[in-house]
Formats: sequence, structure tokens, C-alpha cells
Amino acid sequence: MAKQVQKKPVLVLENVSKFFTQRDRQKLLVLDNLNLSLYPGEVVALVGKSGSGKSTLLRIMSGLIKPNNGRVLWHDEDVASPFKGLSMVFQDFALLPWLTVLQNVELGLEALGVDRKERREKALEAIDMVGMDGFESAYPKELSGGMCQRVGLARALVVDPEIMLMDEPFSALDVLTTDNLRSDLLSLWQGKKTNLKNILIVTHNIEEAVLLADRILIFSSNPGAIRAEVKVNLDHPRADNEVGVHEVMDEIYHQLSLLHDPHKIAGVRYKNIGLHYRLPKVEISELSGLIETLDSSEYARKADLADLAEDLHLDIDDLFPLTDALEIFRFAYIQDGALFLTDLGNRFACAEILEKKEIFAKQLLNHVPLARHIRRVLDDRYNQCATEDRFLSELQDSLTESAADEVLKVCIDWGRFAEIFAYSVNSGILSLEDPN
Amino acid sequence: MLQVNLFSRKDLVDAPAPNYWDILAFIFISAAIFAVAWLLQQMAVPFSFGRPINIDLNPTSLPGYCLRSVMRICLALVVSIIFTFIFGAAAAKSKLAERIIIPSIDVLQSVPVLGFLSVGVWGFLTLFPGSLLGPECAAIFALFTAQVWNMTLSFYQSLCLIPKSLREASVIMHLSVWQRFWRLEVPYAMPSLLWNIMLSISASWFFMVASEAIDVNNHVIMLPGVGSYIALAIKNANMTAVCWAVFAMLATIIIYDQILFRPIMQWGEKFRPANHAEEMQPSFITKILSRARFIQFFFMFLRRIFSYAVMLPSAIKINKSKRQESFIIGIWPIISRLGGLLVLIMLAVSVYFIFNFFSSSITMADVRETLWLGAVSTFRIFILVVLCIIVWLPVGVWIGLRPYAARKIQPVIQILSAFPANLLFPFFATLIISYDLNKNIWLSPLMILGTQWYILFNVIAGAVSLPEEQKYAVASLGLPRILWWRRFILPGLLPHLVTGAMTATGGAWNASIIAEAINWGGVQLYATGLGAYIAYNTKAGNSVNMALGIVVMCFYVLLINRIFWQPLYHFSQRRCQTEG
Repeated sequence: MAKQVQKKPVLVLENVSKFFTQRDRQKLLVLDNLNLSLYPGEVVALVGKSGSGKSTLLRIMSGLIKPNNGRVLWHDEDVASPFKGLSMVFQDFALLPWLTVLQNVELGLEALGVDRKERREKALEAIDMVGMDGFESAYPKELSGGMCQRVGLARALVVDPEIMLMDEPFSALDVLTTDNLRSDLLSLWQGKKTNLKNILIVTHNIEEAVLLADRILIFSSNPGAIRAEVKVNLDHPRADNEVGVHEVMDEIYHQLSLLHDPHKIAGVRYKNIGLHYRLPKVEISELSGLIETLDSSEYARKADLADLAEDLHLDIDDLFPLTDALEIFRFAYIQDGALFLTDLGNRFACAEILEKKEIFAKQLLNHVPLARHIRRVLDDRYNQCATEDRFLSELQDSLTESAADEVLKVCIDWGRFAEIFAYSVNSGILSLEDPN
Repeated sequence: MLQVNLFSRKDLVDAPAPNYWDILAFIFISAAIFAVAWLLQQMAVPFSFGRPINIDLNPTSLPGYCLRSVMRICLALVVSIIFTFIFGAAAAKSKLAERIIIPSIDVLQSVPVLGFLSVGVWGFLTLFPGSLLGPECAAIFALFTAQVWNMTLSFYQSLCLIPKSLREASVIMHLSVWQRFWRLEVPYAMPSLLWNIMLSISASWFFMVASEAIDVNNHVIMLPGVGSYIALAIKNANMTAVCWAVFAMLATIIIYDQILFRPIMQWGEKFRPANHAEEMQPSFITKILSRARFIQFFFMFLRRIFSYAVMLPSAIKINKSKRQESFIIGIWPIISRLGGLLVLIMLAVSVYFIFNFFSSSITMADVRETLWLGAVSTFRIFILVVLCIIVWLPVGVWIGLRPYAARKIQPVIQILSAFPANLLFPFFATLIISYDLNKNIWLSPLMILGTQWYILFNVIAGAVSLPEEQKYAVASLGLPRILWWRRFILPGLLPHLVTGAMTATGGAWNASIIAEAINWGGVQLYATGLGAYIAYNTKAGNSVNMALGIVVMCFYVLLINRIFWQPLYHFSQRRCQTEG
């Protein structure tokens, strides 16, 4: 809890920037001039869209990769490589499948040169701590995901760390398992059975962040930077139906929706995007499903983002791409943390499939510059064909290779649904012809 | 508080008190040590060039010969594994090494094994004059070249596929480079490495005859071993001895399948991330190994030693690592530039050498002839592969769609594929001689005899892995037979079929030197082809023509791989693979 915030920070990031160079193209800024301090005794959550550089930040903090600019300080000393006193929990557990639970937990101690007997004692203690006693001789493939993550936790705790970084530790697990693990993690933390001074957890589940953290940092993408900070002054244990928890969640959703604002001109409700905009990876069926839900009597064209996320079990990586697309197509807009359906959205919701396609095609050509560009190029060609590589290389001017691939894929998907162009995956050719 | 759980802590117990098992273990281990020492000693006995070594055709000497051949294979395997660890790891870790090693191996694996042998023999004979060690080393070297390339490639590929999070976890946990190699990299590569070792051992058996009975300059050096036994039996046209050899070979392979292959593969299963592999029937040895207490203790002892070996350098490393690292980073550009320069120099020397070679001792007619012979061999192999597909595709699909049959038949095919097909050549030879058949046609099947199993193997694996629901869905449509094949089976199996045919083709090229030129009691049968050309010139001691033949074969193999197999393979992976 944030009672003693004025203590000396444990880990400090000063003006950290990181860019990746693509082969013979310009640099791509992933983290921009980032400052962050972790104080002893706090749990900090990092929240943001996927691909916003959260994982990169975590790896810079741990010394796995070096920043291009700025520095990382651990107890006032520069961090150059992973240091003792830090451990990490991974999304996919990162257990070695050929080692038993016990051997996996012992591995970190073995690397530090701890002798056999002490190694075994400490490992058994850590296994006990996470409630995995009885499974010492099991192999990871015999265990469920939740149990694997418990082993991952034991492996992180056994080296007696001061700070533990958790990279989306629960996102590969189901809801019930997550609840269970989360409360165990909290009681471990509050029980002070370890020398742990900090936990930093990256998540895209807002509820999880609010239930666990004392401080929540909201991350924006392209380039990654901390845009807002929300303090949580609530007593543990927190329940997801508490009023206080809900208020904080509302606040975070509001902050997150504000992140998109640079694309909105003041006074205009919608989003105007450029050719290189990173189109949200959204399926048409999800999009129309959401529109129909908004149009239903339950919501009556207006929905609180936090409620929507909870009702539809969407985490922010599901929700914000959808709202993003809705705003691009002018089917809905966000105001004060709530989503409002427009008249056009209402028409789309009520339309038959062919009319839906017509509306969609019109909006696509009017408001998605990339789709319009592809269509124009195809119209201009005498044979009405063009290779995808042509558009990819255009996109790669300001997107990474994989991002460019994804954007074009999304656009092709939308264009096919709208029937404004056709595409053949074998030849990689876009055309105006109908397949037959 | 530690609670004692009798079911889960059994491997936590410290060494059991010594009992009579230890005496037994002591006896077994000393016997093994003495056997190895004897075999090694036999290798180093004096030997003078031209003096024949007596090979005894009496079947009672066969077990001893088998043992000595096995010994050679094992020694070659040890060398192969060391080579694999060094060069596979180097290629995976350094971009520069990768750029040199991987293309080199690509070329080297298309060089026929016997090509290495003829080079190796001269080298080792001069290295160890007057000792049997020379030819022994040459034989082991030939076996090594039959084993090593696919192992190194598979190791390299596995290292490149290690998940990022596992790498990061090992860095966060401060594992040193040495520890990472043994704790992460080698275990991760283990399943595919083991599989490749098994394939390599089969390949070694195939080249046994050629590598033990070495043709040098019109002389034949016969090293005591099962290969020489067969060679002598063939020379003397002794059919009984050939039958004995076939029998001994079969017995050796079945024993090795039971006491080595199966236990090792089963052990290798634990390195797989998930239990998706096909079930292996445990051999009775596996059962004994996993139940006998003393053997378990022995394994635990080995594990303990391994773990100390892995730990050892960590004590030394911690303080030094930072300085070393910065030193290496400092001089790295110099190293990489020097390496680049070295490659350039080597390239220049090689180009000069090839040019010199061509202009001085080879005529255009030679080149034209070898190119023509290469084309003939290519055509022959192509026809054979097509024939094999026509035969084995329906059979493989039939077996693969019946899981019960597949389970029963797979081990048999495994043994068949490990059996060196050239042991059967004498039977073909006698038939061809006695009925005066066309050599160009009837010698051809021998090339594919050993490698056809890869096609069957892969087709069965493909048919087994077709998703159950797809089969039901297609069955519910009631497709006519022809459509069922065209729309469902063929596209579904294409990736597996291509893999199988690719492997079979590679094997057939390598076998062509043996299969296009066979003899029986002094009668030599040559088919028209590049393999026969190389074999003939090796026998006659025309090293220049032999080298030309090998280079041309290399050229053909690479060319066909690049313009035919690789595009086809990528196409089939892209289009027809059902899941990632």
C-alpha cells in the first residue's frame, strides 16, 4: 500500500528510450523518454494495449535488453545485465519440460552455485509456499496451466528476490484459476513470508490490475509512454463488486479511451486516420455483434466501457480495437468513458446482410485511406491487378514488417467483406475480379 | 515443516545402502570396460599395406565381427556428436559461423559417402603408417560422414527454435553459457537429435561393406568386421555365408532395436514439451531398466555427475564474465573481418585449384560424359521414386487409416528401414547373371531398396495424423473413390509425401555408387550411370575421374534440391498443411 511513498526508490528508470532498427529502414521508436520509479513495498500494474512496448519495458528493467537512451538504476547502480535480487514470471510459464517441478525450482539456485543440500531445502520451501507440495517429482506436462504458473512463481521466489516482474502471468489461464492464483499471490505478498519489496505486473485485464495494485500506470502505444497514473487506496481484500473498485475501473477505462484522442480533432467526435494508421485487428462478425448488442434494448445505444467489458468478458486487448474500429467507421463514438451508437450504427444493426455490406463498403472507402488507396490503384491499372508486396513496402515506410503485414491483412479482410476488391493468397495478387 | 510423501519423494532419497546389486554392477561395468579395451587394442595392431588380413567365413566368427562393426559405428557416433555440438551450436550462435557452416554442410551432405572414404584413406594411411589404425580411422571417418550432416543440421535447427521466453528465463536465472548449453539447449534439441542419430545409424550399416572393405589403388584392405565378411562372401560367391551375414545382421538390428533404440527413444520422450508423440510400445528392457533398483541408482549416479559437471564452471565464471564479455565485444569486429577475409582467401584458392585441375587433367569429353551419366542417373532415380509412390501410397494410406494396423506394422518397417539393403544385392546379382537380364533396368531397383521405406513411413505418419473429424466429414459427403483421393487424401498427405520422396531421393543418390555397380564372385555388373562411373574409377584408381564424378554428382543433387524439391516442399507446407 502506498502509505510510505516518500521512501527512496528501489528501481529507477531515467529518460529511457528504445528503438528497433529495421533492415535498411528508419528507426522505429518503441519507448519514448520514459521515467518510472518503484518504491519499496508497492505493487505496480502496467496497463496498456498489446504491442505498446510494455514487454520491452519489462525487459529493459530486468537488464535483458539495453535501452538506446537513458539509464536504469537499481539501488543507485547502473543495470547492465540481469542482476541478483530480480526475478521474472512469464506468460507462458517458461518451465523446462524435461525437468521435474523440483528440478525446475532448483535450477536458479544451481546457476548461482548453491550447494546440493541447501538447494533442496530452499526449493522445497518455495514449493510449499505456492502450495505445490506433493508435486515435486511431476513433470510440467503433467500439470495444468494454473499449476505450471505456481511452479513458475516458486521458481521466481526461490532465489529470494527483492523485486518480481510478472509479464501477463495470468493471461493464459481461465477465469477461476486466475482468481485463485491471484488471491494466493496477494496473501503471499501480505503475509510477508518473503523478502519481496516490489511486484511489477503487466496485464491487460483492468479488473486484475485494480484488485492487485497500489498504483496503476497507463501505457500508450506508438511510441510507448506512461500517459497516466492511478493510485488505488483501497483495503485488501478487494472484491470486484465493491463500489470503490468499480470507480477506479471506470477511471482507468476513461483514461484508456483518452489515449486515442490525438487522432480526434477537437470538437469532432470521430477518428480521422491516415494511410499508415495501424488498423485495429477486428473481425467483421465481432464488430457487427458489438453494434447489435449496443442497439439492443439492454443498452439502448449507450454503454459504459467498464460495464461493457465486464458483461462481454472482454479485456482491453479485445475491447479497444473494437471501439477503435467503431469510431473509424462512424458507427459509434466514445465520450466520457461511455460508448454511444450513432444513427448510422443503428441503421447497420437493423440492415440485412447485403445492405450491411453496402454501408460497410461506403464507410470503408470514405474513412479508411488504405482501402481507398488500394481501390484507386486497382482502378488505374489496365489489368486491374496489383501485388500485395507493392502495398506492403508502402506501409513499411512507417510500420514494422509484422505490423505492416497485419495492417494489410486486416484491410484485405475488410475489403473482401465489402466486396471492393478480391485477393488470392496463392499468388498474393489483389484484383477487382470476382473469383470463380 | 517438510512432510514426507512416500509417493512423490522417491527420487529425493539419497544413495541406497550398498547391496549385492553393486557387486553385479561392478562385474558388468568391468566387463564392458575390458571389452572396449580389447576392441580398441585390436584396432592398433601392426599392418603393412598390401598384406591381406584374414577374414574367416565361418559363421561362428560372425558375432565377433558384428561387435567390431558396432564398435566402429559407436566411435564414429561419438565423433559425430562432438562435431554436432561444436558446429551446430556455433552456427546457431554466431551469424558469421552460420553463414559459413550451414551452406558448407548443405554441400557436404550431397557429397557421396564413398567420396569421403577415398580421400580419408590416403590421409589416414599416411598419418598412421604401419598400423591398422590408419584403415580403421578411415573406416570410422567414412561412417562419420554418413552420420554427421543430418545430425548437425537438426541440432542447429532445434537451437534456432528455442522459445524466447525459455532463453530469457535462463538469462534471468543467471545460467552461464556452459550451463545453458547443457540445461536448455541440448535437452531442447534432444528429441530430434535422437531421431536423427537413429537414422544415421541405419545409414552407417548401409555403408558398412564399402567402408570396411576399402578399395585403394587396386588393393582391397579388409578390416575385420561384418562388412568385410560380406565383401569376402560376395567375392567368393559363397551364398551360404551371405545368408549367414543377412541373418546376423537381422539379429543385430533387432537386438539393437530392443536394447538401444526403444529405451533411448522412450527416454527422449521426456524432452518433448507435450504428450503428442505417438505411443511407443515399451521394450522389455525399458521395463527392466525402470524397475531394477540398482540401475536406477546407477542412473541417479550419472545424473549427479552430470549435474556437477554442469555446475563446475559456474564458480569460476561469476567474477570474470563481465570483463571477458567486453573483451569479446571489443575484438569481435576484428574476428568477424578476419573470418571474412579467410573465407575469401579460401575461395580464391579453391577457384584456382578447380581451374588448374580442369585445365590440366580433364578433357571436355570427360565433363560431357559425366554430365550425361548424371542425367541418366537422375532419370533413373526419378522413375524409381514415382514407382515407389505408386506402390507405397495406397499401402501406406490403407495402413495409416487403421490405427491398429499402423501400431503393429510401424516397428516392422522401422527394422526394415534399418536393415542395410545392400546385403540383398547378391540375390539380385545371381538372378541377373543366371537369367542374363538387362543391367540398366534390373540394377535400378537396388538404389531405392533401402530408402523406399522413407516414403512408406511418411505416408503412414501422414495418414495417421489426418484429423479424425475431417475423415468423418469427408465420409459423410459420400465422395466417389477418385474424388476422395483427389480432394482429400492427396492434398492432405502432400507435405508428408514430399518429405518422404525427398529423403528417398537423397538416399538413392548416395546408394547409387553401390547399387549401380555390383559384383558376384568376380563378375562385375555395371549399369550406365554416374554411380557406376564413380565406382569404376575408384576401383581402377583413376582418382581424377573419380573426383570429377563426385563433383558432378554433388552438382546434380544440389541443383535438383534447389529447383525441384525445395520449392515443392515449401508449396506443400504452405498449401496443404492442416495445422501450424
